Amino acid sequence: MTTAINIKTVSADAANLPILEIRNLAVGYRGNQGFQRVVHDVSLLVRPGEVVALVGESGSGKTTMAQAVIGLLAENGRLEGGAIRLNGTDISGWSQKQLDTIRGRQISLIPQDPTTSLNPVKTIGAQVAEVLQIHRQGSRAEIDARVIELLTRVGLSQPELRAKQYPHELSGGMRQRVLIAIAVALRPALIIADEPTSALDVTVQKRILDLIDELRREYGTAVLLVTHDLGVAADRANHIVVLKGGRIQEQGPIAEVLASPRCEYTRKLLADAPSLGKTRSAFRVRSRPIVGPDDAIVVENLVQDFALGGKRDVFRAVDGVSFTVQRGTTHAIVGESGSGKTTAARSIVGFQKPTSGRVFVDGTEVTTLRGENLRRLRKTIQLVYQNPFASLDPRQTIFQIVEEPLLNFDPLPREDRARKVHAILDRVDLPQSVLTRRPHALSGGQRQRVAIARALVLDPQVLVLDEAVSALDVTVQAQILELLDELQQALGLTYLFISHDLAVVRQISDTVSVLHNGRQVDGGPVEDVFQRPGSAYTRELISAIPGQRNANQHSFQ
Amino acid sequence: MSRYVIGRIGQAVLVLWAAFTVSFGLLQALPGDAILIKFLNPELGLGPEQIADIRTSYGADSPLVVQYVHTAINFLTGNFGYSIHAGVPVGDLIVANLPPTLWLSTLGFLLSLVFAITLAALSALSPFAWLRAFIQSIPALFISTPVFWLGILLIQIFSFQLRLVPIINPGPWQALILPVLTLAVPISAPLAQILMRNIDHVLTEPFVAVARAKGASHRWVLWKHVAKNAVLPTLTIGGILFGELLAGAVVTEAVFGLNGLGGLTQRSVNDQDIAVLQAIVVFSAAAFVVINLTVDLLYPIFDPRLKVRQGVVA
Repeated sequence: MTTAINIKTVSADAANLPILEIRNLAVGYRGNQGFQRVVHDVSLLVRPGEVVALVGESGSGKTTMAQAVIGLLAENGRLEGGAIRLNGTDISGWSQKQLDTIRGRQISLIPQDPTTSLNPVKTIGAQVAEVLQIHRQGSRAEIDARVIELLTRVGLSQPELRAKQYPHELSGGMRQRVLIAIAVALRPALIIADEPTSALDVTVQKRILDLIDELRREYGTAVLLVTHDLGVAADRANHIVVLKGGRIQEQGPIAEVLASPRCEYTRKLLADAPSLGKTRSAFRVRSRPIVGPDDAIVVENLVQDFALGGKRDVFRAVDGVSFTVQRGTTHAIVGESGSGKTTAARSIVGFQKPTSGRVFVDGTEVTTLRGENLRRLRKTIQLVYQNPFASLDPRQTIFQIVEEPLLNFDPLPREDRARKVHAILDRVDLPQSVLTRRPHALSGGQRQRVAIARALVLDPQVLVLDEAVSALDVTVQAQILELLDELQQALGLTYLFISHDLAVVRQISDTVSVLHNGRQVDGGPVEDVFQRPGSAYTRELISAIPGQRNANQHSFQ
Repeated sequence: MSRYVIGRIGQAVLVLWAAFTVSFGLLQALPGDAILIKFLNPELGLGPEQIADIRTSYGADSPLVVQYVHTAINFLTGNFGYSIHAGVPVGDLIVANLPPTLWLSTLGFLLSLVFAITLAALSALSPFAWLRAFIQSIPALFISTPVFWLGILLIQIFSFQLRLVPIINPGPWQALILPVLTLAVPISAPLAQILMRNIDHVLTEPFVAVARAKGASHRWVLWKHVAKNAVLPTLTIGGILFGELLAGAVVTEAVFGLNGLGGLTQRSVNDQDIAVLQAIVVFSAAAFVVINLTVDLLYPIFDPRLKVRQGVVA
């Protein structure tokens, strides 16, 4: 299973002693039907200073693997076989008490979500100091000095102030820096980074990954990088392990695997990854849009203010955004969190009254609509939300979910409604058998199809897709994007696509507006913006898209 | 911040006013009449005219609105009226009966905290799943125990069987032991349940995994990370449970023959002594409101997230 690997960056004799050696690992969870194995017979090596990427979709067992290595499986999880050797010692049978002596000191963790990974009622300083206190690293004064040193090292401004602050006073990127400071505090031999940047904006992601790279080189630490993002793996790893259903599909040096994937599944993953695959070879995978004669959406100088607290201060979330979307085309609003993209979308669909500016949808001015007329607008413009797990009522059946918009508008007879629901289900390629089920029985991709069906059942002209594919695995994401393209062709729909993911935007949209702190910093046809970005911010966004380093060298072979 | 404080105080005043008004309405709607109960007694030998005079002196026949405004103004100036039955100012009655109830509820509450925290700690530290399941089922038993039944049971065991607490003429502290125990058991149940659930929930938070990854032991994590996060949400429930204590005191004092507010309430209901009942309701509401207001105002001190945000994001 384990292949001999040549790593250029590591000297030959050091490479003989792996930091981490996993042999035939099997992990299972106790469920309703007894133990269910989720990791089967996995073997891999991590050598000193090396980055090994563990790549797979949700449910592939990659996070379970990471938890098993650091001994933090969920309570119902159990190692069912195999060995985990850390510097030659098998720790798979160790008790929690024994593991406590090496966690933090020899293995450490950079967790997935920085917003929930720090204790909300303890100061930053106390949480960094804790790892030093647990392993008794010096006196209180020495620890305090070391905390400031660490916070400075991970690039936090005003470290003395930060040490006294609480997590909620820091941004997501800053919190992830704090968690990195904790992870590197005792210079462990191995860091397990479990999706360390998945919850962060693309420019922040780049800076955080750069920091991990830098510290890794400085301290000679090896990293087991768990990620769903092939682009991140391509940029940062020496070695890649592709997991599916708890089994290794393929592993090898990153350049080799990217250039000539041996297994079918890896090829599919590569093809579906927006930042790696098709965008480079063919910029538009989608069919040519059937352009209508007029503009379906016109936004003129949209401004949205929010009052701050009790005082007279206002916060300008959207500051003078203008664009037009030709009927039958896709316009993307791109930006990072806090850029105002979702606020702009909410104003356009009439959920809130803009402070100034005008919005026309299908020829109707949205900004002056009230009451019943505003409600009527929902027949023209519909919204598909980001999270397919939260946007469907768990107690309704799929039929009820899709039927509901019809009840709100047309007093159609029951049979006609049923016919419409069946027809729209065919349109989004869902089997009729799902109609009697409830959302929890569906996969993420199926749920998003239901959400699209619900939006389309009223035959709207315009669909606003708010991060509609962001929560999905790449393969499912590719399928949904394909479906959206098909629907646009067949129904002449106009899309307003809200996203933080530039790679996806480039793949599916015709025109784009780039938002930064509420201002529109760039706009126009998507290829123009990508080839000749008009602002420094757009350039930074584009260069932060992962998957450009190694992939560039190998995908044009 | 000051806006928050003013808002909370405003709410508290509103609740007090509502409690006063509703209890006034309900007590007036009660059938029966305290004055008639007391003075129509044939042994007193009062004629109809004399009774009518008494009624006028108490203002019993003036229109309801006038009575309402009159009583409200009196309450605001600290005059709670006269007890028809005892013939003394209601304020004096309450002050005289307050100490036993205050001791009973304070000690009862403290003991229930001890029970709840002990149960939660045992459950969190228990090394076996079956033991934890057993400990977590205890609160359900506690909460479904009727106060009167528990009181009688405790007297049976401790006084009659074990003869640890004398029934006749116990010392002031001895007299409190069984009532406090009786009161603490049902109050501790919801506290323990919420505490246990919070601990289990906080243990699944990612920051706990991060702490374990630092090399912290289970005990260290429980003490340094879980405890404060789990206790914070129980503060509110603690405040609300105080209301239970007052209600529980009525039954407990009756069972153990204590002369507290509970006993006074019971006697006043029997005598339909509306002035006393009205004052007790408003007094209890005030105690309840003040405690919950204190809890609300204390929250920002314990939870840094509730302090005003200072613009920091750099």
